[in-house]
Amino acid sequence: MKKPENRGASAPLLAALAAGTALFALTLTAPAYAQSNTPIKIGVIAEATAVAGSSIPQAAQLAADEINAAGGVNGRKIEIVSYDNHSSAAESVRAFQRAATQDHVNAVITSYISEVVLALEPWAGRLKMVTVTPGAASDVITQNIAKDYDHLKYMFHGYATSTSIADATCAAAKDLLVGQLHMKTAVVMSEDAAWTTPLDAEYLKCLPQIGIKVVDHIRFSPDTTDFTPIFNKIEGEKPDVIMTGISHVGVQPTVQWKQQEVPIPMFGVSSQATNSSFWNDTNGATEGVLFQGFSAPDVAVTPKTLPFVQAFSKRFGHTPSYCGYTAYDEVYYIADAIKRAGSVDPDKLVTAMEQTDFVGTIGRVQFKGKDTPNPHALKIGPETISGLMLQWQNGKQVNLWPAKVANGKVKFPSFIKVGAAN
Amino acid sequence: MTVFWQILIDGFAISSLYALGATGFALIFGVSGVLNLSHGSLMVAAVVAAWAAGDSLHVGPYTGAAIGVAVGFSLSMLTYFVVVSPLQHTRKIREEEKEIFILTATLLWGIMIQQLIAYFYTDNAKTVAPIVQGVIKIVGVRTPANEIFTAIVCGLAIAILWLLVNRTRAGKAVLAASMNPRGITLLGVELSQVYIAVWAIYGVLVGVAGVLLGMFLGISSYSAGPLTASAFSIVVLGGLGSVPGALIAAYVVGYLETITAYLISPAYRTIPALLLLVAVMYVRPRGLLGRR
Repeated sequence: MKKPENRGASAPLLAALAAGTALFALTLTAPAYAQSNTPIKIGVIAEATAVAGSSIPQAAQLAADEINAAGGVNGRKIEIVSYDNHSSAAESVRAFQRAATQDHVNAVITSYISEVVLALEPWAGRLKMVTVTPGAASDVITQNIAKDYDHLKYMFHGYATSTSIADATCAAAKDLLVGQLHMKTAVVMSEDAAWTTPLDAEYLKCLPQIGIKVVDHIRFSPDTTDFTPIFNKIEGEKPDVIMTGISHVGVQPTVQWKQQEVPIPMFGVSSQATNSSFWNDTNGATEGVLFQGFSAPDVAVTPKTLPFVQAFSKRFGHTPSYCGYTAYDEVYYIADAIKRAGSVDPDKLVTAMEQTDFVGTIGRVQFKGKDTPNPHALKIGPETISGLMLQWQNGKQVNLWPAKVANGKVKFPSFIKVGAAN
Repeated sequence: MTVFWQILIDGFAISSLYALGATGFALIFGVSGVLNLSHGSLMVAAVVAAWAAGDSLHVGPYTGAAIGVAVGFSLSMLTYFVVVSPLQHTRKIREEEKEIFILTATLLWGIMIQQLIAYFYTDNAKTVAPIVQGVIKIVGVRTPANEIFTAIVCGLAIAILWLLVNRTRAGKAVLAASMNPRGITLLGVELSQVYIAVWAIYGVLVGVAGVLLGMFLGISSYSAGPLTASAFSIVVLGGLGSVPGALIAAYVVGYLETITAYLISPAYRTIPALLLLVAVMYVRPRGLLGRR
């Protein structure tokens, strides 16, 4: 909540304020034991009214309450200070400055929008504030750290980069599409946006490596409404599968794919399909759509996943969005890093964060090192975070991959002709 | 050859939808001189209402569609009584300035509706549960049955409108009002009654067009502006106020867009139609069949 500015404060009020400040200053200089009992503050700057972003402050609060109930960090409680950024980079920067200089938070968790995180990154450096994003995907966030590590080392990427997402998708495609369905060709179909540039580049690289030939690469405008000509063109090229990279759009291509009975399966990143409301949004047209994710409400990726989903649903009345899982984990591993560092000193905290080895709700969290092209990016792979490949089946998100956490098999609606092209 | 048939069939469905959407828009301008810039928002509201009915009330596709049309109709009447009519009747605004006031008011009204929908139902696209499913092969082209259904309903709605205007007394009054509003008041017809009738017809058309578009392509609150713009350019191309002109223009624009999308790129879909519009403005500013 913003307090209204009072420009015309009267003299007595000012005097009272001064007295109050003096008193406050006194409490700050009080004996050392008081210091150790002050709460650890974590600022959460997020899109509180957006479907995806609203889970960030909620999940962070849930984690803080759990940690506090278990005794806190070295006897200190965790306090979440929330700011709504209204999906705006400018508002996020103001909130970040306020969090650092007025509210004296010790770390910040922020946003699922890459543009917002990129705007905050230099501020994390200037104000020496450990900052973690639970949902942005741009590779540029960590590429910036590589270029100027000493200044930007305070930034941590708590969600997969577009390149890693493409790699995770390819890993799943290798088992499901090549291994099980013997597919050989694909058309890459992505919306024209910043996040899909590295995604598509990686698709074009990793698909041939697993034995899938890319016969065409289509980038369409995110304001496309009629996908008929696009599906038509793809069908003419007779690929075995359509590899998707869609997030801004989702409902329209899915519904038209079903309505036109395009006989080729869609597989890849379809961010809107990860929302549990997607079935109703498409009136069930999403049946058979395969989409990459790192979490799903019914999949026990780790022993922590389902208890988190249950606690979250019980408290907030709905399942968390994808960045709810990561925000929840982030509070835990920031607390863990503070515990190991024995201090909230930013530089010590960065060192401790870099040594993070924490099993959270989406897998085992470890950050890439200083000398990699993407320092502080999550390590993605079978040993750490492998991701999932889910499919909509009868109104439910069924997980197909990796096999150890799969709870179903690939199943397509009758209009899909697997292998028809061959 | 398949592409030719594909363009012919797809273009027909999308053009029929454009025709239906633009007819009501043209009718209102022809009769009352009002350019209703909340047009796109009303269509989006009809779609979201039909979707929400299915989502939260679990009604069937027919009931859902009916609720969508009812919401389009109600909002159209609300637009007339709350936004347009008070401005038409006020004495505080000079007569010659009223048109621009009404234009601005409908624009703001449209933005209000759009923002409310985005607030409560997000700006993600919504689709209306289709009444008919499956595909039918026409000359080798796999065509969704829903696309054929859309074209048939549009054709029927336009035919009914034509009968209404040309064969009934009330319809003839509407036609007369569009030719000479002052003249028909001299014949003892209450002009405001004609306006209400026109807004009612428009409401049904906008509801039906919205619901069909929601079934055919899906729609988001973000589409409100582009939908108004497309109706507007079709009506300008056809000749402001001319319903037959709007019908012809709808097919010209629909086919031009489809041909571009298939033969050049879907990304350039709307550009040739806009260039045509500019060209028509130079050569024939009153549009194809315009009277004014």
